[in-house]
Amino acid sequence: MAEPLLRVDGVVKRFGGFQALGGVSLEVREGERFGLIGPNGSGKTTLISCISGTLRNDGGRIFFRGRDITRMPAHQRTREGIARTFQIPRPFGSMSVVENLRITLEYAARDRAAPDGLAEAMDILRMVGLDAKAGVVSSRLTQIEMRKLELARAMAAKPALLISDEAMAGLSSSEVDDLLAILFRLNEAGTTVIMIEHIMRAVMRFSERIAVLDAGEKIAEGPPAMIVSDKAVERAYLGE
Amino acid sequence: MRGRWLLILAALLLAGAIVVTRTVDNRYVYFAGYGILQYVVLATAWNILGGYTGYVNFGTGGFFALGVYTSVFLIRAVKAPLPVQIVAAGLVAGLLGLGIGYLTLRLRGTFFSISTLALAVVLETIMVNWEYVGGARGTSVIRPAPMVPFDNYPSFLFVVMTLLALGAVATAWLIEHSKIGRGFAAIRDNEEAAECMGVPTLRLKLLATTVSGALMGVAGAPFPYYLTFVDPVSTFNLSYAVNSLAMPMVGGTTSWLGPVIGAILLGTVQQLATVTISSELNLLLVGLVLVAFVVLAPEGILGLVRRLARRGPA
Repeated sequence: MAEPLLRVDGVVKRFGGFQALGGVSLEVREGERFGLIGPNGSGKTTLISCISGTLRNDGGRIFFRGRDITRMPAHQRTREGIARTFQIPRPFGSMSVVENLRITLEYAARDRAAPDGLAEAMDILRMVGLDAKAGVVSSRLTQIEMRKLELARAMAAKPALLISDEAMAGLSSSEVDDLLAILFRLNEAGTTVIMIEHIMRAVMRFSERIAVLDAGEKIAEGPPAMIVSDKAVERAYLGE
Repeated sequence: MRGRWLLILAALLLAGAIVVTRTVDNRYVYFAGYGILQYVVLATAWNILGGYTGYVNFGTGGFFALGVYTSVFLIRAVKAPLPVQIVAAGLVAGLLGLGIGYLTLRLRGTFFSISTLALAVVLETIMVNWEYVGGARGTSVIRPAPMVPFDNYPSFLFVVMTLLALGAVATAWLIEHSKIGRGFAAIRDNEEAAECMGVPTLRLKLLATTVSGALMGVAGAPFPYYLTFVDPVSTFNLSYAVNSLAMPMVGGTTSWLGPVIGAILLGTVQQLATVTISSELNLLLVGLVLVAFVVLAPEGILGLVRRLARRGPA
């Protein structure tokens, strides 16, 4: 069997006495569309923070392209090809929208991007529908525009693995469709995508495979059709 | 290119400073001018860390004094010439800067600032107890003969400080207009997001604290020859920390020009206040101006000008 793009092996994360992740393992294959769902507080964001390197896991190991990246700093992981968005947008507020992308192009995609990234930045902004706002200071954007900027900025890293952390929360249903179309297109172009989402319609339509977290444990994994009929998942979401 | 014009402007300023030393006979001009230029260096140095990356350093006095005492030590030990003192002061203070850079691993915001203040206090205690460099009583320093073509030492130091100020501002300008400067800004705006977008935040923060600390040390290096007397009270003075923070705030922290404007403005006002009113009052003045700016124009004079320019033509 070929080595998966990402392999998470028994990852444990504690915050003081609270165990946020209790030994989670999963594999994401190259080119896959992978969904990660679970109730609030189940550890989804903690898990992707461990994968992207902003949190250090206390136990277990993480492999990317077969290489152990458990101790690798976050910026290095981004350069290796793992890019994430933040659930609560964190734009570089003093910079314009296009300057936000320039940071990523310059620092993360430096081996993959053209020397003058402006044209590339504009292409990405056009894809997410922010091209008209390219010159606007990013702290003046609306919440929804900031979410799009989050996605655009991560895309500018030209990642092999894009992790989208609730990029769609608060969007209208046509905007959700727009973002889904963007992610589908990225995936067709070869980017592996992990989607964390509360909008079930979106995550079920998008994902080829879904993992469900509950209280820091993986309780189910499989194709969407299997997940919706899973008893444990139902209990996690709706209670007994 | 804008860079070339600024280089020409810098050359003109240096030439101007030399011309002044040939024409003006009043030594107070050099004394005051040196003081203001010293603040151009300090404010610019502070801003490289505080303005560009957002880490507020309250320990400017410590870095400055470390530069001063490096010079005192070298004068005592080997009678080192001024250029050697300046380079050594930059190295020593830069090393200390690198040290506080590692603090940013664990300390952010107010906690980082408090630790820099504590560091200055520790350094002061060491100097107070180190007899070789004068201890608490301080020490006198004898100036060497002024270098040709200067006929007195203050005018020579005035030109030296002009050169250092131009160097500091050029450093800030280069940083600001480079990939490094954009990385700094990303750290200031959101450090975690910067790291996730591939910015090597630790390495850049270490660079910022080192360069900032080194320039502060450089600003202090000629001080022993400037006053010919060095003691802990005058070198570790809180006014260095307050001023080098207030000046960029007043001028505007996001651009190299901000600290320059702030230093010239506040530096001049303080010199005038010291002469005309009292030497005690000038720090109060700085405090009031700072409060006024923080409340009314948080982006400093540059921000104010930008806002007016946007409103103006419409």
